[in-house]
Amino acid sequence: MSVDTLAGYTNGLVNLDSGLISRDIFTRQSIYDEELERIFARSWLFVGHESQIPEPGDYILGKMAEESVIFNRDRHGKLHVFLNNCRHRGMRVCRYDRGNSTKFACPFHAWVFSDEGKLVGVPKLDSAYHNELDRSKWGLIEARVYSYYGYVFACWDEETPDFETYLGDLRFYFDDYCELPDGTHGEWEAFGGTFKWRVPCNWKFGAENFAGDYYHNPSHASVDSIVLSPAGVKGRHTYDTITRKREQYLLNICVTPEGHTSRGQLFKDDYEYMPTYQEMTVVEDYFRDCYAQRQARLGEKSRWFGHGGTIFPNVSYSNGVQSMGTWHPSGPHETQVWRIFLAPKSAPDEVKDVLRHYVIRYQGPSGLTEQDDMENWGSAHEGARGTIARRYAYNYGMGMGYERKGWPVDWLGGDVYATEDVSEQNQRAYYARWAALMDQPPSAPQQRETAAAAE
Amino acid sequence: MDGTPDKVLIDRLLLRYRVEQFYIQEAELLDSRQFHAWLELLADDIRYWMPLARNQESGKWDGEYTREGKDLNWFDEGKFELEQRVKQIMTGLHWAEEPVSRTSHMYSNLQVEDREDGSLNTRCRFLVYRNRTETETDFFVGKRHDTLRRDGDGFKVAAREIFLDQSVLLAKNLTIFF
Ligand code: FES
Ligand SMILES: [Fe+2]
Repeated sequence: MSVDTLAGYTNGLVNLDSGLISRDIFTRQSIYDEELERIFARSWLFVGHESQIPEPGDYILGKMAEESVIFNRDRHGKLHVFLNNCRHRGMRVCRYDRGNSTKFACPFHAWVFSDEGKLVGVPKLDSAYHNELDRSKWGLIEARVYSYYGYVFACWDEETPDFETYLGDLRFYFDDYCELPDGTHGEWEAFGGTFKWRVPCNWKFGAENFAGDYYHNPSHASVDSIVLSPAGVKGRHTYDTITRKREQYLLNICVTPEGHTSRGQLFKDDYEYMPTYQEMTVVEDYFRDCYAQRQARLGEKSRWFGHGGTIFPNVSYSNGVQSMGTWHPSGPHETQVWRIFLAPKSAPDEVKDVLRHYVIRYQGPSGLTEQDDMENWGSAHEGARGTIARRYAYNYGMGMGYERKGWPVDWLGGDVYATEDVSEQNQRAYYARWAALMDQPPSAPQQRETAAAAE
Repeated sequence: MDGTPDKVLIDRLLLRYRVEQFYIQEAELLDSRQFHAWLELLADDIRYWMPLARNQESGKWDGEYTREGKDLNWFDEGKFELEQRVKQIMTGLHWAEEPVSRTSHMYSNLQVEDREDGSLNTRCRFLVYRNRTETETDFFVGKRHDTLRRDGDGFKVAAREIFLDQSVLLAKNLTIFF
C-alpha cells in the first residue's frame, strides 16, 4: 500500500464528517493506478447503445477505462463486449471504429477470433504448436454484458452484483431517462457518430459536475445571454421555457450506498403543456401530444422532470438532449470523453432535427455550454496539482446535514436522499462510494488468467 | 504560344488572385478578432459544416465522415447560430475564450473552379494555430471546401465544409472559427 493511502480513503482522503476531500485524489499517479483496479475493473461501465449495432455482425469500438473494447452483435443477434486485445501479444484485433464482421483477425501473427470471441484460427497450429495449444482457453477476454432498455453496460468482475442491483434506487430516475417523451419504454436511436475528445483534467471532474452541481450556474452567464434553446428564446435549456412559471422543487437526488445521482424538477401540481416550439408545427404537435400521453400514463409521477445525473463511476446521462457521456480516465491528468446522443426512433424527422441541432450546440467541444464547463474542470484540476495547493482540501460541505429521505414525496425511491436548489449532497454520495471501493483491496488480483491457463 | 498572353489563363489567374485576397482578408479579420466583420463575409443562408471522422476499413470509406443534416457533427449550422457564437465570445464571460485565443489561420493548395450558376467552388488546406492563456496550444489541420457567391467585387461564403484530420478531437474545445 502506498504512503498516500495509509490514512485510507473513507474519512481519510475523503472526509465525510467534515465534507473535506483531499486534492490528491485527482492528481496522484498512485491513486489513479489504484482506481483502475478498484473502481473501473469492478464497476458496470457504459459501452454503447444497441441501436449503434442494429444488425447481426455489426460492431463498434468502445472503451472501458483506458482499454479498447469491441461491442458487437454476433451472427445470432447476441451482444458481446470483448477486450480488443489479442491473447497472443496484445495487438488490437479490431482496428476500425465500426463495421460488420463475423471474425476478427489479428494483424500481428494472424490468430483469428470469431464474433463470439472464440479462437478459431491459429497459423501453423500443427507444424509450430504441434497441436498442443488448447484454443478453447485462448479466446478473447469477454465482459459481462447487460442491456437496460437498449443502453448497454459491461463489467469485468464476476463478484459485482447484477446490473439492476448495482443500479439500486436510481432505477426510478434512470427509467425516467430511458422513457420516451410520451412516458413509454419505446425505442431510442443513436445519431450516427460519437463525440470523442480530450479534456485536460481528472476524469472525476466531469462525473461530479454532471452528478449535480447547480451551484456552478454563474459560469454559464455567457450562454444564458444568447439564444441556444430550440424554443428560440434566450437561455440554454428548452425547459427554461417549459417550466419557468410552475411551482416546483429543484432537487438533487443521491442514491446510497451505490453513489449514483440524479437532478431535476418536481412540480407541485399537474400543469398544462407549455407551448414551446410555436414556429415549428410538427415539433410542437409532437411534444404536446407526448406530454398529454405521459401525464395520462404516469399520473402524479409525471410531475418529475429529470435533468440528468451520473451513474457511478463514469457515465453521465442528460435528459432533454438525451445523451450518454462517458468520462474515460486517460492518466490522472486527462479525460477522454465519449458521448452519444439519441432521439426517439418513432419521432418525425423534424423533431430529430431539432434535437440534433440542439445537442451539437449545447454539449461537447463545439457546445456553447460545455466549453465553459471544461474551462472550469481544467482549472480545478490544475488547482489540485501544486505542492502548496495540495495541502488544502476541497470543500464539499454545502448543505451537509440537510439531506432528507422520503421528501418531498414518498414515491421518489427507497434509499435516496434529496436536497433542494444547490447543495453538494450528490458529490458527497458519489465520493463516499468512490472511497468505499478504494478501501477494498482486490480479492483476486491480475494473476487470475495466468493461473487458469496453467491448469 | 506566340508570346501574347493567354487570355483564358490570365482570367483564371485574376480570379484565383481575387479568391486569395478574399481568404487573406478573412484570415485577417479572424486573427484580429473582428468577428462581426467576419460574419459580414458569410451569406445569410450559409451552411457551415464540420463532420466527425471515423477510422474505417480501406476501400470501405463510405461513411468515414458523418453526414450533414443527419448525423452528429462538430458543426452543422447556419448564420444565426454563428452569430450566437460571436455574441457569446463578445460577452467577455465566455470563460473558454476569456482571455480570447491568439490564432493564425493559414490556407494553401488553393483550387478554384467555376460553377454553372456563376458561383465558385474552392478547395484548400488549412492550418489553424491557436494558443491561449499560458501553454494551451492546438493545431487544427484539414481540408476546406467552400462555395463562394460573387458579391460586387468580392464574395460571400455560401457553404463551407471543414474536414478536420482528426477522429478523436485533440483539442478540448472548438471555440474558434474555420
Ligand atoms: S499478437 Fe495477435 S497473433 Fe500474435
Ligand atoms: Fe455546466
